[in-house]
Parts: sequence; structure tokens; C-alpha cells
Amino acid sequence: MTAPARPVLAEHNAAQVALARIEAKRHKKRRVQDDVVQAAHGGGGRAMRDLIEDLILPAFDHAVAEDDQARFALSDMAALGGQLAFTTDTYVVTPLTFPGGDIGSMAVHGTINDLAVGGAKPLYLSCGLILEEGLPIDLLRTILTSMGRAAREAGVRIVTGDTKVVARGKADKLFINTAGVGVIPTGLHMSARSLEPGDVLLTNGTLGDHGAAILIARGELELASPVMSDSAPLHELVQALVQAVPVRAMRDLTRGGLAATVNEWAHSANLGLCIDEPSVPVRSEVQGVCELLGLDPLHLANEGKLLAAVPKAHAQAALHAMRRHPLGENAAVVGEVTSAHPGVVTIQTGFGTDRVLDMLVGEPLPRIC
Amino acid sequence: MCLGVPGQVVAIDDAKTARGVVDVGGVRRVANLACVLEGDDPQALVGAWVLIHVGFAMSRIDAEEAARTLDLIKQLGELDDAP
Amino acid sequence: MKYVSEFRDPPAARRLVATIESLMSRRPKTLQGAPLKIMEVCGGHTHAIFKFGLETLLPETIELVHGPGCPVCVLPVGRVDDAISIATSEGVIFCTYGDALRVPGSRTSLAGAKAEGADVRTVYSPTDALALARANPSRRVVFFGLGFETTAPSTALTLLQAEREGVSNFFVFSNHVTIIPALRALLDAEDLQVDGFIGPGHVSMVIGVEPYHFIAEHYRRPFVVSGFEPLDVLQSIAMVVAQHVEGRAVVENQYSRLVSTQGNSAAQTAIHEVFKPRAHFEWRGLGSIAESGLELQPRFARFDAEQAFRVPALSVADPKACQCGEVLKGQLRPYECKVFGTACTPETPIGSCMVSSEGACAAYYSYGRLTSLRRASGLKVHP
Repeated sequence: MTAPARPVLAEHNAAQVALARIEAKRHKKRRVQDDVVQAAHGGGGRAMRDLIEDLILPAFDHAVAEDDQARFALSDMAALGGQLAFTTDTYVVTPLTFPGGDIGSMAVHGTINDLAVGGAKPLYLSCGLILEEGLPIDLLRTILTSMGRAAREAGVRIVTGDTKVVARGKADKLFINTAGVGVIPTGLHMSARSLEPGDVLLTNGTLGDHGAAILIARGELELASPVMSDSAPLHELVQALVQAVPVRAMRDLTRGGLAATVNEWAHSANLGLCIDEPSVPVRSEVQGVCELLGLDPLHLANEGKLLAAVPKAHAQAALHAMRRHPLGENAAVVGEVTSAHPGVVTIQTGFGTDRVLDMLVGEPLPRIC
Repeated sequence: MCLGVPGQVVAIDDAKTARGVVDVGGVRRVANLACVLEGDDPQALVGAWVLIHVGFAMSRIDAEEAARTLDLIKQLGELDDAP
Repeated sequence: MKYVSEFRDPPAARRLVATIESLMSRRPKTLQGAPLKIMEVCGGHTHAIFKFGLETLLPETIELVHGPGCPVCVLPVGRVDDAISIATSEGVIFCTYGDALRVPGSRTSLAGAKAEGADVRTVYSPTDALALARANPSRRVVFFGLGFETTAPSTALTLLQAEREGVSNFFVFSNHVTIIPALRALLDAEDLQVDGFIGPGHVSMVIGVEPYHFIAEHYRRPFVVSGFEPLDVLQSIAMVVAQHVEGRAVVENQYSRLVSTQGNSAAQTAIHEVFKPRAHFEWRGLGSIAESGLELQPRFARFDAEQAFRVPALSVADPKACQCGEVLKGQLRPYECKVFGTACTPETPIGSCMVSSEGACAAYYSYGRLTSLRRASGLKVHP
């Protein structure tokens, strides 16, 4: 109440202002200033928060994780169906961007497809990033933006995540893990064990596009071609299909291609599968790559293709349902299930001969002989 | 042994080292054309069909001979169909 | 694809099969029912035969014997060990065709060495290896030279280019082999059970047709140089059968769209400028064959990996259990070998024939096992 109070108050106010300025500054979102990822971006400190706030949250439409986890009302999910589907996949690809996509969109599509082929409506994804020191920030921003866009377009949300940085040489630029949660409508159950002799096998389009695009994009083989990765989310196509016909089994044809999936099915159903080679859709450029490098399109990876088995009576309806969807316009019946040669897959050639179609032993490598 | 695939020469990249671009079913790759040169001008090879093995053109494809082989197969069949 | 799809036409294939059947019915009575054994020398043919199921189209009396013409399959254990020793040397980038990555040495393969830290790269062309040498001047880049006369010119031309450019960190580990000495060794084997040959079309683009005449003249076996598409192979078989029925033995050229009588002189010149025959070269399954391998001429000594690196250069015996030799000579069908499909599989190959997808055993295992099952149980092979 006396005169000296005034300067004290002024001093106090000035300190308050300064504090507020510091706090405002501390909480202000900052753009990441560095050109490349550094150890600090994974250190749990300021640099990491900048990375999350500047790159990750905007790309993913401000994820909803509260504290250390994302939380959902069970009742909302239960309204969609009786079974929760949960899957995880880790994405490692060289190069990180390629014609038709990048590791980010692929990490979204791949996990959506893993859910979709079980009949699930995909809802939520997580995103675990392993960054190698030295990864250009601009490239990371591009990939995360693409990842967010892929999720938005597919109607799923990336709701939780994690970021680690490893020393240079301890990883190959960027690895992404996505786990996904979805709900399977009550009554829908697809499994290779449900296959029956006479069932018809269908795919939604040309095979080997992704594998060929990646081989070319690596640049080591000095090939040029307009072929693009087929990376795409298949859940809408799957929904159209399962609403149209009863589907016995479904699988997305990723690494190992069609050959891997049909062999797994033949094994788990203990039935024979027979692929009709001339009806398998393959782009001419993919065929060209295969002729040049001695590869088989049935062994090449896809990121937007599935195999479905339906009872024979529903084959045409299944084909029509798929062809009505843009991702199924090249759909084709490619084979059937048989009680002959249980556990073995054969391929019927255009010459009326058949041979065994095996899984590839290693990875598809260019050969000279 | 010796995987070989037919391709068409679509461009000459470097005449001095006989490097050209070959198209195989819509896929393109640089190939060494030294073994199929006729005369000094690699440019004359543009449009020619060659057999590519490990990035080298090893022989030119003779269109007349190819047609003759297919004709022969056709005739063999017709003879056989006759009785 | 032009020059591919026309030669994969199923109706034409049926006509050729009918021709072969009618030719076979014209064999002398004493030979009806006896097998006619035709060897396809080249692994490319083996691959095509199995991939398109051609064997099952043929009369059952025609038996195809899968020959030694897969350069990866015949690479001996000792040479793989040498390759691994070079690949694991300090500062080396070791470049190989994809085919050779999984070929087993005595302890591991190049793929195994890569997993253990060696810098092993898969290349499509020797020029890709030379490009790596230019891009990595501080490293020594070694190219694993593999293959018959089809592939040798590309290695030779790449070395000539390296010489012109003065590239000093590029080396070739030559394991190139030649077809004629191998064929002669096969034909000299007393136990060879082969009535005629389908000749290697792509080797013949380079060496021509002339060098095979001794087979018809001296050994009295039909020999037809063949292309690799289904119609090529079937037509060549028809040509061999026609010779057999008519009691002729001559060299014929089915693959005339690519193979000339004299071969490719530019390619031959490149081979002779860069390579010379080795006194002996070891073949997996067949043993040592004189003058069947190619080494670098003295002029190219500074590019020779065998001189630049200390390699063990040991001769390692083929695994005892393996009966590849008998398979390659037509005495055993692949599935008749003691270890076929049990100890010896494409995942864990023991013998040369199981190593590459072109090997007879690997082809049977991967593509043809139903055929052998049907044959063994007396069922009709034709589907």
C-alpha cells in the first residue's frame, strides 16, 4: 500500500510477461529446421516434439492418442460386427518412392488389405517409424503426407504411433510398421480351410505390377518402363464382393505372388489347386521384364491384388461384382480347387499340359540361364 | 543356359561404343550392339530386331527365316492333316 | 511379344506333336516300344520343356535326357569356394548373376557370404559391374564371369572396354566354359545312352553350326540346333526323330532366324582376343575336361581376379551321394537318384542338377513331379 510497491509490481509484471513469452515460445509449434534426421529427433526431447508436431501430426490430421494410447468406445465398434480384426505388418522397400506409390502409402494400403481380406471394415492404424540418421527431412515429410492422404482416402485413421531414430548404417533410411484394427461383420467367416473341390479362384486384375515396378525403380538393372505399382486399398472391393456372393477364402497377393498364396491354400486345405495359365492377367510390360530377367509374374509381389475362392455357381456373379469396382476392372477367373493331387498346385498351360506351380525358393533374382 | 529375348533397337545412345536402347515388350534397356554392327554406322540398326543376352545384342533376327520356320511347321501339319 | 508369341501357338504345337507321333510309328518294328533318348544339351531347353510341359505331349517312347548345358549347375564346389574367398576379401564388391548366388560351396554360398557381411551384388550385365567399378574407384570390383560361348563375348567386350578406359579396379573371375569339349567328353563316355541331340541355340548364334559336324560324322548321332520357344523345341524333336527314322545323322539348324552357319564373327573375335583355353577345367558331375574352360590372355593379366587375389584353388570332390553324372548321361531319371527329393532339394541342393532352376533335377522337383508320379504309377502322362 505504500509507494515502493509500484516498482515491485512493475518488475513482477515484466517477469510475468517474460515468463509468458518464454512459455509461449516453448509451446509454439516450430518447423523442423534441420535438413536431415539426426539422433536428437528420436531423443525424446524438444527436437523429437518438433518432428512430431511439424511433420507427423499435420500429415495424419492430428492423431487422437491420449496419453500413451488411443481410446475407442467398444459400443461403436460392436455396432459394426461381432469380431475384432487386428493385424500388423512392417514395410521395408528400396527405393522409398516408386512409380505408383511410396513406402508410406504402401504401409497404409498393405495393412488395410490384411484386414480387408478377412472381410473386416478397417478402422484404425498405428504408425511406428524407424528412421535412419541422415534421412532427408523433406523426403520424410513427403512420405508422411502420402501416408496421411492414403489413410484419408481409404477412410481409416492413423491414431497412434511411435518414432525411433537409429544411427547411420543401422537401418536402411526408413522402416514403417503399421498395425491395424477393424471389425468383421457378424456371420462372415473366410478361411482357406473352408475351400471345397469345384470352387473357383478369381483375382481382381493384372499380376506382378508391384514387383516389376520395384525391380525397375531400383535402377540397378537400368530398365525403363511405364509399369507402376498397383498399391491400393482393397476393402471397398472386398465389401462389394462379399455382399454379392458367398466367399470361401480370400488373401492379398503380396510377397511371393500368386504362387505363394495358392501353395499355402493347397497345404492348409489339403486340396489341389489348379491355375489356368492363359487366363492369368499380366501386363505386357511386366511380361517383358519377366522374359528379360527370367522371372515368373506369378512369383512377383502385388500390393493391390487379391485371390478369392467362391463356389462355382457364384463365379460369374463374383466376376461381375469385382468388375464393377475400378480396382477390379481386369478381374478374371484364374483357376479352381480340385480333390486331385491334394496339397499340390498345378498350372494348366496353353498347350493342354500341366505342371507343378511351386513357391519360389529364394527371392526373385534376375538370371542369365 | 543363356536366357535370350528378342528386342527391337529403338535408339543409338553412343555411336562410338555401339551403345543403343532396346525395347522388349515395352521395357527399355541400354544394350551393347557391337556384335551385330554391319558397317560403321550403328544408326543403321534402329528398327532392327535382335536377341538380347545379359545386355548385349548377340544376333540379328532374320524375319524371312522366322516366317519360313513358321511356314514349315504349318506345312508339316497340313501334310499330316491330309490323310 | 513379337518373335515370342508366334512360337507359342498351341494349335501349331498340336500339329507338330501329331507329326512326331506319325514319324515314331514309322520306326522299324524291332524298335517299336523301345525308348528313343534325345538329349537337350542346354539348360534353357530343359527349362522350356518343363515350363510348358512339353515332355507330356510327346509319345511315351521319346525320353528327353537333360544335358550339362547349365553353366551354373556345372560350376564345381572348389570354384564357388574361390569366388567366396574373393568376395570376402578386403574392400571388394563382388558382382554376380542372380543364378550363382545360391550355388553351394563346401561351407556356404555367395548368398551366405553376403549375409555374413560380404558386399555381393546381383547384376544383369557385365557392363553393370564395370559401371560399379567406375563409381567406386576406392573399391576393387570383381565380376564373376560365368557361362558358355553365348555369355563369354559380353565379358570379353566389357574387359576390352575396361582396358580402353584404363579402369584399374575392375577384375574378372573367369569360369567361362565351352560347349564342344563338353559334348565330346559326353560322347566319349562309354555309358552315354543318347540317340540324338537338341543343340544349344544361343551358343550357336556365336559359334555357328559347323563345330557340331563331328557329332554326326564321327559319333553318328542326329544333332538339331534349336530355338527355345515351344514350337522350336517340338520342331527340333520332330527333326531328330525324322533323321532317326530315316537312318540319317546330320547337323541341322532349326533356329535359322538367329543362327548362321558361321556364327557371329565379331563375338568370336572378342572371345579370342580376351580368352584362351585352360588346360583343364573341372565340371560338377562330369569331372575334369581338357580345354573346356576359358582363362584371360596374358595381355589382360592385370584384370585377372585369379592373379590379383589369393584364392584357395582347391579341387573339392562332388558329394558322394550325388548321382548327377548318371543323370546327365541319361542312365538315370532325376527322380531315380538316391538322394532326389530327400537330402537333395532346391532349398538344400547337393548335386549340380538341383542347383539352378535349369538343372534337370530342380526342374523335375519344381515342375515335373506329377509327371514322374504318373509315370511311376503307370498312369497316362497326358493330362
